Amino acid sequence: MTNSDLKKTANKVRKGIITAIHSAKAGHPGGSLSAADIYTYLYFEEMNIDPQNPRWEERDRFVLSKGHTAPGLYSALAHRGFFPVADLTTLRQLGSYLQGHPCMQHVPGVDMSSGSLGQGISAAVGMALAGKLDGKDYRVYTLLGDGETQEGQVWEAAMFAGHRKLDNLTVIVDNNGLQIDGAVDEVCTPYPLDKKFEAFNFRVITIDAHDYDALRAAFQEARATKGRPTAIIARSMKGKGVSFMEGQAAWHGVAPNDEQFALAMEDLLKIDTELSQEEEIG
Amino acid sequence: MSEAIKIATRESYGKALVELGAQYPNLVVLDADLAGATKTGIFKKAYPDRHINCGIAECNMTGIAAGLATCGKIPFISSFAMFAAGRNYEQIRNSIGYPHLNVKIGATHAGITVGEDGASHQCNEDLALMRTIPGMVVMCPADDIEARAAVHAAAAYDGPVYLRFGRAACPIINDREDYHFQIGKAEILQEGTAVTIAATGICVGAALEAADMLAQEGIKAEVINVCTIKPLDEELIKSSARKTGKVVTAEEHSIIGGLGSAVCDALSEEAIAPVYKIGMRDVFGESGPAPALVAKYRLDGKGIYEQVKAFISN
Repeated sequence: MTNSDLKKTANKVRKGIITAIHSAKAGHPGGSLSAADIYTYLYFEEMNIDPQNPRWEERDRFVLSKGHTAPGLYSALAHRGFFPVADLTTLRQLGSYLQGHPCMQHVPGVDMSSGSLGQGISAAVGMALAGKLDGKDYRVYTLLGDGETQEGQVWEAAMFAGHRKLDNLTVIVDNNGLQIDGAVDEVCTPYPLDKKFEAFNFRVITIDAHDYDALRAAFQEARATKGRPTAIIARSMKGKGVSFMEGQAAWHGVAPNDEQFALAMEDLLKIDTELSQEEEIG
Repeated sequence: MSEAIKIATRESYGKALVELGAQYPNLVVLDADLAGATKTGIFKKAYPDRHINCGIAECNMTGIAAGLATCGKIPFISSFAMFAAGRNYEQIRNSIGYPHLNVKIGATHAGITVGEDGASHQCNEDLALMRTIPGMVVMCPADDIEARAAVHAAAAYDGPVYLRFGRAACPIINDREDYHFQIGKAEILQEGTAVTIAATGICVGAALEAADMLAQEGIKAEVINVCTIKPLDEELIKSSARKTGKVVTAEEHSIIGGLGSAVCDALSEEAIAPVYKIGMRDVFGESGPAPALVAKYRLDGKGIYEQVKAFISN
């Protein structure tokens, strides 16, 4: 996909996020939006997957370690064809398969249940280890929040992955700088993240999470890296794409009301218009 | 009961894993720097490539096992019960229990027979913790024969299983030709009419000793070996309780949440019989030789005999 197509797709993913969370009247828009470009790049460009065969054994795997941003994952999966986009409005509703946090038994395309921070990365490491044990060439990706790296288990997993030289593993940190109670470095700083991953034998690449050239280069470099896992520190904007949510910790876990929903969708429609104009000028 | 042969169930665990290694090429064993003590080192010798030492990081080990299971492996994770169930509770609940992944938890050094290490390492709460997880099978074998059978059954079963093993050598009680193990089936080892003693783990042998002492006084106790704490063999326990009218449970575990609680849960709806629970009475253990601890906390034959007698005399 071209960068332009990826950006358009990401905007669809963002609309899906806002629509789902608005319908649910609960959920986590800030971190879903900050990671929307990462989800889009992974599911529309990077990963070897088959929406018609979600449990295909040779597929690349993805574990959403920061499980609370499930709406972003669900929206990407739906737009990629794993299940109907219309189902996004059932998010968090009684009886829906789209649980508040990802449940692998019920959602096509979800490779691991997650939601309790710090645990997803370990499961991803286990999948990467299985790939090595079986001599398979699938790759494993996991997305963490920056606040999530305060969990000690993250570093247990990093130590193991580095020790075992799991070069089929790519850890992405959605580094939007904010967690529920405020700025990550004010709550309890996990920085410097790059040095910590390096110390555990990771190749570390720091990028702008919303720059598709940078995403492409980083994932290509991860693929080419042998003998150690890769950590991509993706500097992002919490709430990216919705003006009044951008950079606001307050939008970590709050749903937009009807009025805010309309404003958010207006913002995203503007982005569509801008992208079309860019393409015409292009 | 063969007094001559005593084998610790952790030893049985290690041996059974080796037996299973050939049968299941997808079986992998994970440990957290305790391979010597948990006896997974025996498996490591036979299958070095399928033994994964995760270092002293039990929570990560649990998550890795979950990931391996999603890729078709049958992981057995191993540590002391204190860490395997205690430290890991939430990892097991969310990364294994909730997605119902095919991970087996081999927890050794359970209960006070850890001995000299003391209370910090004597896990008397693991059965309670594991019982509460939906879909988790919980087993606590009584001897070498049952322990190996339980490990084989766990490998054949598709879903999460918690297996509880001990550090101390314990006597063989299931050395019969017609021995047959099945998950969820308890077994009457000795028939009786005066009282039912439902025991698990090392307390099964002790319950048989207690029954002998009671028999000398003309009291016929029915002894039931309950290896599977969950799902509990409710039918057998209910029918025995109906027959004897009095039930005692015996376990090397807190009286809160373990076998005693499970039996009470099963009997309470119809109030079939009063239940007296023998176990750790809401206290921590302490350092000491295992036999001395078992005697002090009244989990040996004599302790069970005395408590049963007091209960049925009331």
